[in-house]
Amino acid sequence: MESILFYIFGGLTVATALGVVFFRNPISSAASLVLSFFGIAALYAMLNAHFLAVIQVLVYAGAIMVLFIFVIMLLNLQADELHEKPFPKIYLLLTGLVLLAFLFAFAQLFQSAQWIFPPISESFGSIKAVGRLLFTEYLVPFEYSSILLLVAVIAGVVLAKKEL
Amino acid sequence: MILILAKILVPFLIIFNIIPVLIWLERKGSAYIQDRRGPNRASLFGVIRLGGMIHSLADVIKLLMKEDIMPARVNKFFYVLAPFTAMTVACMTFAVIPFAAPMVWEGVNFSFQAADLNAGILYILAISSLGVFGIMLAGWSSNNKYTLLGGLRSSAQMISYEIVMSLAIISVLMMGGSLELSKVVEDQSVNLLHWNFVRQPVACLLFTVAMFAETNRLPFDLPEGESEIVAGYHLEYSSMKFALFFMAEYANMIIASAVISSLFFGGWQIPFASTDFLRAHAGEVLKILLVVLAIGHLCAGLGLVKRGRKNIKAKKWGDRGDYEALILGMGALGGAFLLAGISAYIWPLIFTAKASLIITAVLQVGCFLTKVLFFCWVFIWVRWTLPRFRYDQLMKLGWKYMMPVSIINIFATGAVMLVK
Repeated sequence: MESILFYIFGGLTVATALGVVFFRNPISSAASLVLSFFGIAALYAMLNAHFLAVIQVLVYAGAIMVLFIFVIMLLNLQADELHEKPFPKIYLLLTGLVLLAFLFAFAQLFQSAQWIFPPISESFGSIKAVGRLLFTEYLVPFEYSSILLLVAVIAGVVLAKKEL
Repeated sequence: MILILAKILVPFLIIFNIIPVLIWLERKGSAYIQDRRGPNRASLFGVIRLGGMIHSLADVIKLLMKEDIMPARVNKFFYVLAPFTAMTVACMTFAVIPFAAPMVWEGVNFSFQAADLNAGILYILAISSLGVFGIMLAGWSSNNKYTLLGGLRSSAQMISYEIVMSLAIISVLMMGGSLELSKVVEDQSVNLLHWNFVRQPVACLLFTVAMFAETNRLPFDLPEGESEIVAGYHLEYSSMKFALFFMAEYANMIIASAVISSLFFGGWQIPFASTDFLRAHAGEVLKILLVVLAIGHLCAGLGLVKRGRKNIKAKKWGDRGDYEALILGMGALGGAFLLAGISAYIWPLIFTAKASLIITAVLQVGCFLTKVLFFCWVFIWVRWTLPRFRYDQLMKLGWKYMMPVSIINIFATGAVMLVK
């Protein structure tokens, strides 16, 4: 049962992620990105990380993608306005090579590593456990990221409202 | 497996059964607020009108029979997808709402909740933040300026008010100490003074106002805004696709009422009657309830019969509609005798432990649905009382007044909790 669900949601995630790249229409791309986030959230939920799953939907699908679609709608691009830019072939080759190198590296990693994980505790993935980790072990990165967000907010306001 | 399916199905059935009642309440309530009579013409067999409730039935038939128009230059896929998204997302939230106290049935725990998630309240926030997709996709795919404006307005509005909503909930969570909705309801207990609307009045007000904006109801129904953008995001829709948007609005209202009553008004808690008390005294409670219901039926029946006879004598409508009050009155009298009979017999038969469990659950579900219906009425009441906000006023209220107040509220709650 669980493996069937895994393949369903994994397949959904991969297929919609490909859709993001291959769709011509920007709204279609955005909508398939939303579905992709849903697939990832479902995978999180199956790994007992309910908090992460809900946050994935709340932040990415619910907030960020709504803003994306908002901007796309605001610009209201028509299909014929999106003409393709010429793309040098050499970049394609370079990208392909880098990706291939990554693929080999991953293959090496998967073969060499020993996959033994400690059993997870009962409270794994619950809000209490995540919160405790966030405010003890990972406090500094947590604070840094909040400062980063604050900087981004202020920068946004400064850029948008030059004369305040 | 069957149990899980039932748990998924029952909330949907509840929503779909409340929607026609709400539409009736909206029309009749607005009529009385505006000093009119409201709908009273549609009837079954020329007799039964039920004060205009038959109009909801006629409405369903009308919407099903209308031609389903597909405008020429729409994006077909998203145009069809949007109403389904709106309705599905609206119904999904009910999964985490607890309807009654959990009980132990033959050694198995049974909770009246489709899923008691560890992150229950976050789930509500997550799903309600998805509600905007249906409206946005509808506005964009219809290929019309007005629908696009409606979609843009709704997304901006919902993003702004989600922040206030989440911040208002935080202070409630600080009091309850848990994100599980069942715990939040449990924590409020039977004492009215422990309900969150007493302990957190500011949060309650902020959350309710934010919920009005989230459900796109007046005074915040700018996505529709008939006077400015014709009908907003669902302008190009007809037939059942329009009906889905229409139903989604009411479904959102029901969900909002359920969340408000769970978070702030004790959920399934019946004032002054705890679950244990009800389980111990199920027989007495049921008997009192039946007697009260019988008296109510008797009074209603006598009144209706009297009025029916007057109508027939005076030839009020001049058709078979004159007999309606008499027929309903006789029905109510019959119901009164039936209830009285049951209540006379019920005493010695009751009560095994299981029967008292069921009675308690039924009473609590009834109490919860009563609260939900009351808040639905508040939504309707406000809609027909307040005028629409202007768009800049809406944004100002959300960002400049409600957000700072909710943040101050969080700090005040924290300070009070520290002192205690």
